[in-house]
Amino acid sequence: MIKDITLGQFFPGKSVIHRLDPRIKLLLTVIYIVMLFVADTFAGLGAGVLFMLISFLLSGIPLKMMLKSIKPLLPIILFTGILNLFFISTGDILFEWGIIKITSGGVTTMIFMASRIVLLICGTSLLTYTTSPITLTDAIERILSPLKVIKFPAHEIAMMMTIALRFIPTLIEETDKIMSAQKARGADLESGNIIRRAKALIPILIPLFVSAFRRAEELALAMECRCYRGGEGRTRLKQLKTAPRDYVATAVAVLFLAAVIVLNRFSPL
Amino acid sequence: MGIIRTENLTYVYGEGTPFRKVAVDGVSLDIDEGEIVGIIGHTGSGKSTLIQHFNGLLKPTSGKVFIDGEELFADKSRLKEIRFKVGLVFQYPEHQLFEETVYKDIAFGPKNMGLSDGETDRRIRETARLVGLREELLEKSPFELSGGQKRRVAIAGVMAMEPKVLILDEPTAGLDPRGRDRILGLIKEYHAEKGTTVLLVSHSMEDVAKTVSKILVMNDAKVFMYSDRSSVFAKSAELTSMGLTVPQVTRVFDRLREMGIEFEDEVFSVDYAKDLVMRLLAEKRG
Ligand SMILES: Nc1ncnc2c1ncn2[C@@H]1O[C@H](COP(=O)(O)OP(=O)(O)OP(=O)(O)O)[C@@H](O)[C@H]1O
Ligand SMILES: [Mg+2]
Repeated sequence: MIKDITLGQFFPGKSVIHRLDPRIKLLLTVIYIVMLFVADTFAGLGAGVLFMLISFLLSGIPLKMMLKSIKPLLPIILFTGILNLFFISTGDILFEWGIIKITSGGVTTMIFMASRIVLLICGTSLLTYTTSPITLTDAIERILSPLKVIKFPAHEIAMMMTIALRFIPTLIEETDKIMSAQKARGADLESGNIIRRAKALIPILIPLFVSAFRRAEELALAMECRCYRGGEGRTRLKQLKTAPRDYVATAVAVLFLAAVIVLNRFSPL
Repeated sequence: MGIIRTENLTYVYGEGTPFRKVAVDGVSLDIDEGEIVGIIGHTGSGKSTLIQHFNGLLKPTSGKVFIDGEELFADKSRLKEIRFKVGLVFQYPEHQLFEETVYKDIAFGPKNMGLSDGETDRRIRETARLVGLREELLEKSPFELSGGQKRRVAIAGVMAMEPKVLILDEPTAGLDPRGRDRILGLIKEYHAEKGTTVLLVSHSMEDVAKTVSKILVMNDAKVFMYSDRSSVFAKSAELTSMGLTVPQVTRVFDRLREMGIEFEDEVFSVDYAKDLVMRLLAEKRG
């Protein structure tokens, strides 16, 4: 069903990771990504794995959800893996057939790159699994707000993102309903050539646009009625506040980053 | 076997996610042809989910649905035929209008059935008359009509397919009392004229009491009871605990009975109440 397309894929929960300040979570994600790119030994990457594992276990997200987030990107991982395997020719030759040469350097790089991509996906998915999209835009607004000095419309952009995020599920539901209603009138959406199928979309798209415009108008009116005048001087219902756990988490992340750098220098792998 | 039959029908939304929800739970039903049935239940009791199984829009998570003796989803290529047999009018059906003119919009269903232009035209004019749309409205854009008129156009769009079963999901939602009476009136008229099976989903006992002969009460995804009007209204205490209200006149007469006035039947319409009061008064005098 069309409803199964989730966006932001938030997985509600009450874990420590869920409760971290979203700004800190964004920061942690950035540190984590830096960690992965700085690491150029398996030991360094291992530190990244450990960091990921700890966060994952703390978050209480089922392993199944995590694997599900990797699945769509599997082709890309395989593709880069294979490229690395064939085009890197350092180290001992393990296998040779015509012009195809597989070297130990290639195998190592393949494993290294694939692990790095998987770790990247896991980290960013963990962010979106544990942070609701609305909180995330809130955090982005706060992080970008210093740029207001140079007239960067941080509030407006965040508001637009919030509204879009808020209405995506609504519009998906609406599309679902309209599709059902037209199917009940015998609309055939599944068969025929491209032109027929495109034509079959008209009974879906027109009501959908009509309703999207109606909603937009109603929303604008409702916002005006509640005296919305942009971000100027606006206070918040939910203040973002950092707690001790946020500092602990940041300290841990920085320590891990330091560990990765040290391991780069001294680890033999 | 009736025209609609379900065996242990269960439907679960979002299986395997944290939002899992059993919307219909082990429903077994048998609805006879030609019946006019009201389906009531509180918000979220699974009414809309249930009726979407009757024309194969939803596939049961488990259990079976038979329409006119034929099992749904036994042969997928038959689904389209079955959708023509069971016409479903959704909640707020006016949101599905899309054509340039009312005429073309009503024609959408019959055209999909592959009917000839002549037959389509006959059906459009007949249903337009049935739902009380004047001829000159047919050439207007559906977006220029009033809410109640739009609703009637959308209902006509399904009626024009002349289904053996007509199902309407809250056809009176968001209308004023006059619009409401009009829609209920035309549904009754349609039933009387065509003799087809009609299922009417509603929150309002008053609406249902006025219109139907049998009532299906849904409560928390299950069928609480399926019976004729008076036996349903006799369970007024249970209904109230389910968040449903018995029609006002019924409540008044229940109270009168508690106060010691004697009469046999349940009262569910004002007309019947009037007759009853007159009779009781006559008895008292006589
Ligand atoms: N598309 C959907 N995805 C997930 N859950 C749904 C969906 N549609 C309905 N539900 C849930 O299934 C349950 C039954 O919903 P349904 O729409 O059948 O109730 P209803 O009796 O028609 O209610 P109402 O009187 O408000 O129209 C509700 O709890 C609802 O939240
Ligand atoms: Mg409903």
